[in-house]
Amino acid sequence: MKKIVQIENVGQTFETKKGNFIALRDVDLDIREGEFVTLIGHSGCGKSTLLNLISGLTLPTSGVMLCDNREIAGPGPERAVVFQNHSLLPWLTCFDNIYLAVERVFGDKEGKPKLRQRTLDALALVGLMHAETKFPNEISGGMKQRVGIARALAMEPKILLMDEPFGALDALTRANLQDELLRIVDATGATTVMVTHDVDEAVLLSDRVVMLTNGPAATIGEILEVPLARPRDRVALASDPVFASCRGAILEFLYQKQLRVAA
Amino acid sequence: MSAISLPLAGLSPAPDSKPSVDEPMPNDTSSPSALLKVAPAATRPVRSDFDLAVKSFIRQVVPPVLGFALLIGIWHLVTLSSGGSVPGPLQTWKEALVVFADPFYQNGPNDQGIGWNILSSLKRVAIGFGIAAAVGIPAGFLLGRFKTLSDMINPLISLLRPVSPLAWLPIGLLVFKRADPAATWTIFICSIWPMILNTAQGVQRVPQDYMNVARVLSLSEWKIFTKILFPAVLPYMLTGIRLSIGTAWLVIVAAEMLTGGVGIGFWVWDEWNNLKVEHIIIAIFVIGIVGLLLEQSLVLLAKRFSYEQN
Repeated sequence: MKKIVQIENVGQTFETKKGNFIALRDVDLDIREGEFVTLIGHSGCGKSTLLNLISGLTLPTSGVMLCDNREIAGPGPERAVVFQNHSLLPWLTCFDNIYLAVERVFGDKEGKPKLRQRTLDALALVGLMHAETKFPNEISGGMKQRVGIARALAMEPKILLMDEPFGALDALTRANLQDELLRIVDATGATTVMVTHDVDEAVLLSDRVVMLTNGPAATIGEILEVPLARPRDRVALASDPVFASCRGAILEFLYQKQLRVAA
Repeated sequence: MSAISLPLAGLSPAPDSKPSVDEPMPNDTSSPSALLKVAPAATRPVRSDFDLAVKSFIRQVVPPVLGFALLIGIWHLVTLSSGGSVPGPLQTWKEALVVFADPFYQNGPNDQGIGWNILSSLKRVAIGFGIAAAVGIPAGFLLGRFKTLSDMINPLISLLRPVSPLAWLPIGLLVFKRADPAATWTIFICSIWPMILNTAQGVQRVPQDYMNVARVLSLSEWKIFTKILFPAVLPYMLTGIRLSIGTAWLVIVAAEMLTGGVGIGFWVWDEWNNLKVEHIIIAIFVIGIVGLLLEQSLVLLAKRFSYEQN
C-alpha cells in the first residue's frame, strides 16, 4: 500500500523559560493510504504534538516529515484537521462554515452551484441537512463536532487529522459519533489519524493503534494491529475475543508498562 | 495519488437518520412548562400571572421614579437654602417649556434656538469622531497584528491618553487658526484612543483556534480579514466606539465653552453671561439626555453585532 505520510526520526523540542523541553524524540511512523491510525497515550505524552506536526501547524526541530513524498512545510488543505473544540466560526452558519473550506479548495476550478452541492453533500454525509442555516451556538456539541468533521471531509483531503474530536462530548453522544465516523470512513475510505485517550474508541475505529510512551521525550512504544473486519459493529464486538485481546494489550501498555503516577 | 473523495450524487441519507441522542426532541410534552399550558385555564393561575406582571412592572419602574424624586427633592432644598439664586424645579420646568416651544429660531449668529445649538454640537462630534474612527480603527488593527508596531506606539499612547482634552485646544487653534476646526481637532484627539486600544486588544484576543482554521485552510489575507479577524474583533471595536463617543460628547461642551460660536457648550457659557441659570440647568439635562441616547444606540448596535461564543 502506498504511504501517504512518512515520519522519519522526528523530534520536537520546545524552548521554555526553564530551558529546552524535549516533547518528542526518534519518532518513526508510516501511514498508509486508506488506513485508520490512532495515537494513544497518557495525557502530556505528546500525541497532540505529533498530530500538529503532521498537520504542519508546528514544524519539527529534527527529522523529516513527508506527505505524499513532499516535505511538510506548513499547514495545508490536503491535511484537514478536526479540532477538539470544533473551532467553527460562530458568525457563520453551518453551511457557510463548510462553504468557506470548499470554496478555498475547489473555488478555482468549479462554479458556485457545484461548490454549494459539495457543501450540501458534506452536510448530508454527517446527517445534518436540517442544520444548514443554523449557527454553531444553536446546535448541540455533538452536532458542532459533526459539522467540524463535514468541513474537513468536504475538502477531500489526502489525510484527515482528528485531535481528540469526541473528547468534550458525553458518553452517549460520543458512541453515536464513533458509529457515524465508522460509517463515513467505510464510505469514503478516508486515511485518518486520530488522537484519543479512550482505549475502546481506539480499538473500535483503528486499523493500527500507535502507543506513545510517557513524556517528556516521548516516543512510540508499541504499535498494535487491529485485525477486526469492517464494517464493525459496536454491539457485536463487545463479546469478540479479538476485540478483547486488543483492548487488553493497550491497557497493559498504558497501565503496566507506562503507569503514570497520578498528577 | 488519490485523495479521499466524498461519494457525491446519490448518496443515501445517513442510515441512522433517527434523531440522535444529542438533539432535543421537538414535541416534548413532558416538560413542566408544557403541562402548564395544557392545564385548564382556571382563574387562579391567570390571576397570579397578572399579579406577577404587575409586580415585575412595579419592581422595574418604582426605583428609578424614586431616584428622580430624590434628585428633585434635593434640588428643591438647595433652591430654598440658596434663597432663590438657584432656580427651583418648577421654575426650570416652566422655562424649559418656553425654550422648547421654539427650538429652531434664529436671531443672528449668537442667538439661536436650542435645537440649532444641539445640532451644531452633534455635527462637530460627528466630524471629529468620524475622522478618529477612520484613523483609529485601522490603526488598532495594525497595532494588534504587528507586535513591533504596538511596542513602538503603546508608550506614546500611554503618554498622550491621560492628557486633558482642553490642553489640546491651543494646539488646534495654533494649527488651524480658527475655532471650529480646533474644536473638531480636540474631539478627534480625545476620542481616538479608546478605538485604537480596544480594536488592538480585540485583534490580539482572536482565539488561536480560529487562526489555526485559517492556517489549515490556507486562507488568503483578505479572507482571513473578512471572515475571521473582522467579525471576531467587531464586538471589541464597538466597545471602543461607545467609549469614544461618550468621551467626545464630554469634551465638546468644554471645547465649545472656550471656542464660542454655536453649540450647546457655548450656549451654557452664553446663558451664564446672561445670568439665566434656568437655561444652564436645562442644558445640563439636555447634554445628559443626548449623551444617554448616543450611548444606548451604540449599545443596541453592539448587541446586534455580537455573537455568542460556542
